[in-house]
Amino acid sequence: MTTALYRRRRWVNRVGLGLSAASMAVGLAALAWILWTLFASGLSALSWEFFTASTPAPGSEGGGLANAIVGSLMMVGVTTLVSTPIGILAGIHLAEFGRHSKFGAVTRFVTDVMLSAPSIVIGLFVYAVAVATVRQFSGWAGSLALCLIAIPVVVRTTENMLNLVPGSLREAAFALGMPRWRVSLSVTLRAVRGGVVTGVLLAVARIVGETAPLLFTALSNQFFSTDMARPMANLPVVIYQFAMSPYENWQKLAWGGAALIALVVLAINVVTRVAFRDRAGAR
Amino acid sequence: MAVTAEAVSGRAHEAGDAERTRADRFAARVRRFALQDRLFQGVTFFFAALVLCGLAGIIVALVAEALPALRTAGADFFFGTRWSPTDGVFGAVISVHGTLVTSGVALLVAVPISFGIAVFLTETCPAPLRRPLGTAIELLAGVPSIIYGFWGLFVFAPVFQETVQPWLIATGLPIFAGPPLGIGLFTAGLVLALMVIPFIASVMRDVFETVPPVLKESAYGLGCTTWEVVRHVVLPYTRVGVIGGVMLGLGRALGETMAVTFVIGNANRLATSLFAPGNSIASTLANEFAEADPALHIPSLFALGLVLFVITFAVLAAAKWLIASGASRAGY
Repeated sequence: MTTALYRRRRWVNRVGLGLSAASMAVGLAALAWILWTLFASGLSALSWEFFTASTPAPGSEGGGLANAIVGSLMMVGVTTLVSTPIGILAGIHLAEFGRHSKFGAVTRFVTDVMLSAPSIVIGLFVYAVAVATVRQFSGWAGSLALCLIAIPVVVRTTENMLNLVPGSLREAAFALGMPRWRVSLSVTLRAVRGGVVTGVLLAVARIVGETAPLLFTALSNQFFSTDMARPMANLPVVIYQFAMSPYENWQKLAWGGAALIALVVLAINVVTRVAFRDRAGAR
Repeated sequence: MAVTAEAVSGRAHEAGDAERTRADRFAARVRRFALQDRLFQGVTFFFAALVLCGLAGIIVALVAEALPALRTAGADFFFGTRWSPTDGVFGAVISVHGTLVTSGVALLVAVPISFGIAVFLTETCPAPLRRPLGTAIELLAGVPSIIYGFWGLFVFAPVFQETVQPWLIATGLPIFAGPPLGIGLFTAGLVLALMVIPFIASVMRDVFETVPPVLKESAYGLGCTTWEVVRHVVLPYTRVGVIGGVMLGLGRALGETMAVTFVIGNANRLATSLFAPGNSIASTLANEFAEADPALHIPSLFALGLVLFVITFAVLAAAKWLIASGASRAGY
């Protein structure tokens, strides 16, 4: 009777752990499947023309995604330049001044909400403030939407990193007579440089592939344009439009664009993990 | 050579002056530091407040833009089962139903798999493999959602249509009725599941790691199997954190746009079968917004966005509250 019980328990254990290993296999298989099809169909589309020619007219052969690549680079670049200082300064406030204040608690909660707010809702908001008011889709509006997504990421990583700095380091700097701003900027922030850079890079990785907030802010543009005040081509929206189209050439370009984005995002993720592996908390 | 009293007192005076000017300079510097500090604090406060205003702005803008639609349709907007831009009839039920159903399917699939992954990573995985496998799962979380959608439409849906779908239809269940289209609510749910697995699995792994080894070891000491330790020690100890992780995944699934828009089928019909094409809030917005008529269509879409925002906000607030109360309880 006890042997039967033991046998049953052993079986339950085996089945449970077996299923758990199987789900791990499912996860890895999914990753492998997605990457394999992506690169198998995408890398063949990458050519010189892909990077130098603009999007082709419907149904025509050839062409590339140069306008979309440049548009994406410009919008992501502007977003990074704007959201990095804002995010870091807000993060410093939360960690250095607002650790126990009511304002800090509210801001922290709000950042968390923005962090997981649906990106399409952020697109709606930016449409209402920056597109409907001037009756013009624009690259600036697209950048604004991306900023609203990137800033919370930077704020939270900066704050979490600064919270890891031991209080004794701050106290030592204060004891030397340093003003508070210098302690923040050249002692604590400096100590967690790596983590903050990781936060910024991860924010970039997140916005590079964001499509939903750009659909009705930056819209898209079939021509080459570097004017941020007009509708601007960008990789995610072009991929979306081309993938949904019936034209084979467009679909091929969409695969190429998707592979390019995936490469960039994976590269950023891997680089941050390898470069900052041993830094505190920068997993 | 006699040193006059005046000279002495004069020199003392000079020394005192020097002292005083040094003290003055010092005081000035302290004052300057204090000023700089106040300025610095003000600047950082300004940016933190800016972030705060962002959210308030989102809510105000959504409500303001949605108001015309809500005023026209009233409660019918929330309970209307017809969404027809050409007739000017806007009811949110179809989209809300699509959002809830796809997210529900996603959670049903993703939660057990994420749990399995977390158990594998914390209990059975050989130590040297832990880090690379954990990273691989996290990479899955980094893949942009448009790529999930693209892959779902062109690779996953055809395979699903030919293999799993006919088999599920043959079971005769009403929720699996209808032709095997490949795309539809169920496919969207599966692609979503794949998207949220890494999020839920990472949270679960992190909370599983907070279980004190002593607890697990004492259970092992009593002769428990690994599975029993997970079921009766790890899971009860981390229950709240696990639920919080699931809610975070749910929040993500509810608001996801691109992965769903590609594969949901984009039909404004109220589906009774999971295999029927439908629409979620996010996919309706993505499909219709750019070409919408500003009179009533756009306000209606804003109202939909508001509904989505409220739903995700509620889920997130619940998750935060659960995780926070779990963290304070884990303190003992």
